[in-house]
Amino acid sequence: MRDVAIIGTGCTKFGELWDRSLRDLFVEAGVSAIVDAGIQGEEIDGLYMGNMSGGRFVEQEHVGSLIADYSGLASELHVPATRVEAACASGGLALRQGILAVASGYADIIVAAGGEKMTDVDLDTATDALAAAADREWEGIMGATFPGLYAMIARLHMHKYGTTSEQLAAVSVKNHHNGTMNPIAQFRNEITIDTVLRSNMVAEPLHMFDCSPISDGAAAVVLAPADVAKKYTDTPVYVKATTQASSPISLHDRADITTLDASVVAGQRAYKMAGLTPDDIDIVEVHDCFTIAEICAIEDLGFFKKGDGGRASEDGETAIGSSIPVNTSGGLKACGHPVGATGIKQAVVITEQLRGTAGKSQVDGAGIGMTHNVGGSGGTAVVHIFSRDR
Amino acid sequence: MTVARFWRKIPHRYNLIGTHCTTCGEYYFPPRQMCPTCRRDGKIESYQFEGKGEVITYTVIHTAAKGYDNQVPYNLAIIKLNEGPSLTGQVICEPGELEIGTRVRPVFRKLGEESEKGMIYYGTKFVPE
Repeated sequence: MRDVAIIGTGCTKFGELWDRSLRDLFVEAGVSAIVDAGIQGEEIDGLYMGNMSGGRFVEQEHVGSLIADYSGLASELHVPATRVEAACASGGLALRQGILAVASGYADIIVAAGGEKMTDVDLDTATDALAAAADREWEGIMGATFPGLYAMIARLHMHKYGTTSEQLAAVSVKNHHNGTMNPIAQFRNEITIDTVLRSNMVAEPLHMFDCSPISDGAAAVVLAPADVAKKYTDTPVYVKATTQASSPISLHDRADITTLDASVVAGQRAYKMAGLTPDDIDIVEVHDCFTIAEICAIEDLGFFKKGDGGRASEDGETAIGSSIPVNTSGGLKACGHPVGATGIKQAVVITEQLRGTAGKSQVDGAGIGMTHNVGGSGGTAVVHIFSRDR
Repeated sequence: MTVARFWRKIPHRYNLIGTHCTTCGEYYFPPRQMCPTCRRDGKIESYQFEGKGEVITYTVIHTAAKGYDNQVPYNLAIIKLNEGPSLTGQVICEPGELEIGTRVRPVFRKLGEESEKGMIYYGTKFVPE
């Protein structure tokens, strides 16, 4: 196995992008990444694309072929293109597949991308498409929605650990604040605890401002063998760990409803693979599809003990300037959550932070960063650790 | 949604028929043909659950998916059956009647529908005991 590095990144704006199609978004992100890496199309050995539900959102499957074609890589170069799906973890998984391809030696230069076009359908169709990440036959048919499943996690977290609605809201307030510093973020406005608590109830105890939005967007990274990365860029970012774990797809089958054990295991595997501990991580992008999801994530990844995530969020222990800044991009909540794009966008954000080019949200001296991408209510978790130094 | 996906589990969905592994003694609902503990050494047989259990956690859904939007607000819960396994289901009761720990029993009800002219799905919901 070879070490792997990120040598280029690209990302579209996230939001309601009604003037652009799924292919437009993928091509924009991919071309940005290729230009950033300074590579030519002839050098690309393969494409991996995270996309949860082109079929439901824009009635388009066979996304690999489509994007290879409209990237100008199909008609003459015939570059292999593979779509990867694991619900909201599709992007993280596409990145992992790309890393494995380069690490194995089968490929040298890979573009790993993710994209989703979610605003072409109405809200209840989008809600239903997202509900397909749960068990349709035994959760969906009972009337479960994604906010509903995470609401049940939140309810039990409150019951067991005394977590409050204000603590959940604090996650959203912090992520909106971080979003104000992110030029691609869907929401770039400050909010208050009251904004969250006064917003419409979606699934009790989760309000609308506890939920990530429906978004369009795409992101891409270029991967290369670490040994040659400096040929392309002065600031490669090295992959120290790529891990993944599965857990029962249904929330009701988990040993502990308030723990995403796929996150715990993927995290532990990543720390082991990188030879690091949670204390070594300078910055992390976690999967905050709902405020409670960020609280569970920072506990499950070992940054705070179980039950302490709400208090830590309220006390500012995850803000920029704390010992573990969480979601400097604004996270899924404020940056937006085009589901297939999210796992790749997280890697783009960490790469910028480790390169020292993250602008206003730059964390001083960030040397090691982590990404955490979850599919469904925790059936899949993907974790990556990146380092500025090899 | 297709019709068969929900029809083919009618006996299980209407009657709470799950499975039981006689090798390790675990009960499964929804039904599993592969015991996660014993895997190929497991011996699976059908098992009729009584359907009584306890609410582990719950929510009140205000924004529903297609086919369920005419029911909002409704209670959704994870219920731990007396025999051990947990399932997701709706609990029919007044707000405030439902808490973590509430004991429930099953009832046969309409779950949802495809559209005004489409298929209606039936199955098990729960009410406080």
